Amino acid sequence: MRNDEHSRSILTEEEKDMIDEELSHYPTKQAGAVEALMIVQRRRGWISDELLLAVADHVGIAPAELDRSATFYNLIFRQPVGQHVVLVCDSVSCWLMGADRLRKRLQSCLGIGAGETSADGRVTVLPNVCLGACDRAPAVMIDETLHGPLTEHELDRLLDSHVLQGAR
Amino acid sequence: MTIDDRPLTGLIRRHGPPPTLSEYEERGGYASIRAMLGDMTPEEVQREVTDSNLRGRGGAGFPTGKKWSFVPMGVDAPRPKYLVVNADEMEPGSFKDRLLLEGHPHQLIEGIIIAAYAIQAEYAYIFVRWAYRSSVTALERALREAREAGLLGHDLFGSGFNLTVHIHTSAGRYICGEETALLNALEGHAVIPRAKPPYPQVCGLWGKPTIVQNVETLCNLPHILTHGAEWYNDLGQGKDAGTKLYAVSGRVRRPGVWELPIGTTVREILENHAGGMQEGYAFRAMQPGGGSTGFLTEEHLDVAMDFESLSSVGSRLGTGTAIVLDDRTCPVGFVRNLEHFFAQESCGWCTPCRDGLPWVERLLGALDSGNGRPQDMDILERHVTFLGPGRTYCAHAPGAMEPLKSALQHFRSDFDRHIAERGCPWRSHATAR
Ligand SMILES: Cc1cc2nc3c(=O)[nH]c(=O)nc-3n(C[C@H](O)[C@H](O)[C@H](O)COP(=O)(O)O)c2cc1C
Ligand code: SF4
Repeated sequence: MRNDEHSRSILTEEEKDMIDEELSHYPTKQAGAVEALMIVQRRRGWISDELLLAVADHVGIAPAELDRSATFYNLIFRQPVGQHVVLVCDSVSCWLMGADRLRKRLQSCLGIGAGETSADGRVTVLPNVCLGACDRAPAVMIDETLHGPLTEHELDRLLDSHVLQGAR
Repeated sequence: MTIDDRPLTGLIRRHGPPPTLSEYEERGGYASIRAMLGDMTPEEVQREVTDSNLRGRGGAGFPTGKKWSFVPMGVDAPRPKYLVVNADEMEPGSFKDRLLLEGHPHQLIEGIIIAAYAIQAEYAYIFVRWAYRSSVTALERALREAREAGLLGHDLFGSGFNLTVHIHTSAGRYICGEETALLNALEGHAVIPRAKPPYPQVCGLWGKPTIVQNVETLCNLPHILTHGAEWYNDLGQGKDAGTKLYAVSGRVRRPGVWELPIGTTVREILENHAGGMQEGYAFRAMQPGGGSTGFLTEEHLDVAMDFESLSSVGSRLGTGTAIVLDDRTCPVGFVRNLEHFFAQESCGWCTPCRDGLPWVERLLGALDSGNGRPQDMDILERHVTFLGPGRTYCAHAPGAMEPLKSALQHFRSDFDRHIAERGCPWRSHATAR
């Protein structure tokens, strides 16, 4: 299966070039494998079995070995996620400053709890360890941008402008 | 205060872009590199750093010069050697390396060149956590500028020294910050710590001599070379040398991060810099150096925030980033949150940590929700012993026990109340807020 034409052709030329560039910085293939997954995930949202096989094949390591890394890192997604990913800090400084209130607000606005994806596929909410923004607690990261400190009201506005875009 | 009192952060604009290469060079940036490559041997650089008494800022406080002294040197030394920059900063409550990465990436690059030259490493990897996107952007830009200006690459300034620097973006998990687990992560292997010895200085990345160094540690190096070891020693207030990035989060007026002489007292940081407690909140306790350090209470406010003073009161400087517990927050809930983190982030390699931390988390959860039993206190105490230093494969589990151990000492009556009152006495407050 892993050598068949189909899985190899899944990656675009651009993705392959980017992966090759990344691999060139390490003496072994394994070392670049996690970044190879991240390159693909950034474009595809998540790593399906087919993509995993294609990346393993292109990098030249065993799929099982690549999947060990893929399933170890919490920010490599082996299940579908929404178009947007909201990381809610669940560590102590944000907890002290009211992170639970933000989580409840997300639940009531989007109808989903931490670890879930909205039915329309727009957004996934995930708990995350300390985002390193404790002076801006409570903080969330929406896609690649950090926001904080946030009140429930400010969170509403952010969701409207970044995630829901008028869907509510 | 002048820039010379705050060497690491003096050029950082809190709300603006980091200094460009030309801005930095106008203020003396990279001058230490030209001087070093011109007329210092690697051994002389090592000696200067040893004399400076710089100690690692990543949490363990190991003397940097001493760390380097274990690296094999000379023509017979194994090659290539590696320098790894630990920019994984994931300890709860820590956000100091972010300031240095985003605010002044060229200073870090200058520090990388110095450390690499001192041990004659020709490759450096900067290991950055995924969530620090803006750090990566700032670093990429600075690296491009440095390469174009010939500060990185082949035969730097005609010295024969080569250095290639690459950014490795990680994808989460706290254990990646532990120095030997980090090496496994970089190599793409299962991310568990390695047995020591052999130490990374002798047998690190791909079996070659390697040093792993925290971001803040490296950022001190340009200033040590520029101003000398004696100047650096004088910057500190007590036994330790230099400045330290201190931070405070929690219910204080001005949460933030400040560069101060190492050895500044807890009180000065809390009151003068963090602005004291917010209206309506009183100080109860704090962790001085991130989530894996033991609590200090009111009686410790005049303790100096340096390595020895904090260990003499049963805690640790750690990362120097304090988390304040206020009087309206439940200490049991606080520790429960921490132990949830540690249990989740255990790599699972050794039994006491893999099985003990979830047990601790469950017991604290039971206490918090009113199902705690008196005998649970003994079980918690026993975990403090069985997961303590020397009983596990790495420092993760002992780190997790430090806040628990000190909480059991300082907040014993709060734990007991959870059992006696069958629930959390604070919960009604919390929901009323
Ligand atoms: C579980 C665990 C996580 C750690 N995470 C970090 C980290 O994110 N950044 C860091 O610099 N050091 C971290 N450390 C400490 C490193 O193991 C190591 O001591 C440090 O990077 C050495 O650099 P220094 O001597 O410059 O402080 C961690 C240690 C443990 C046990
Ligand atoms: S102490 Fe915990 S994190 Fe460290 S090796 Fe053991 S299981 Fe892994």
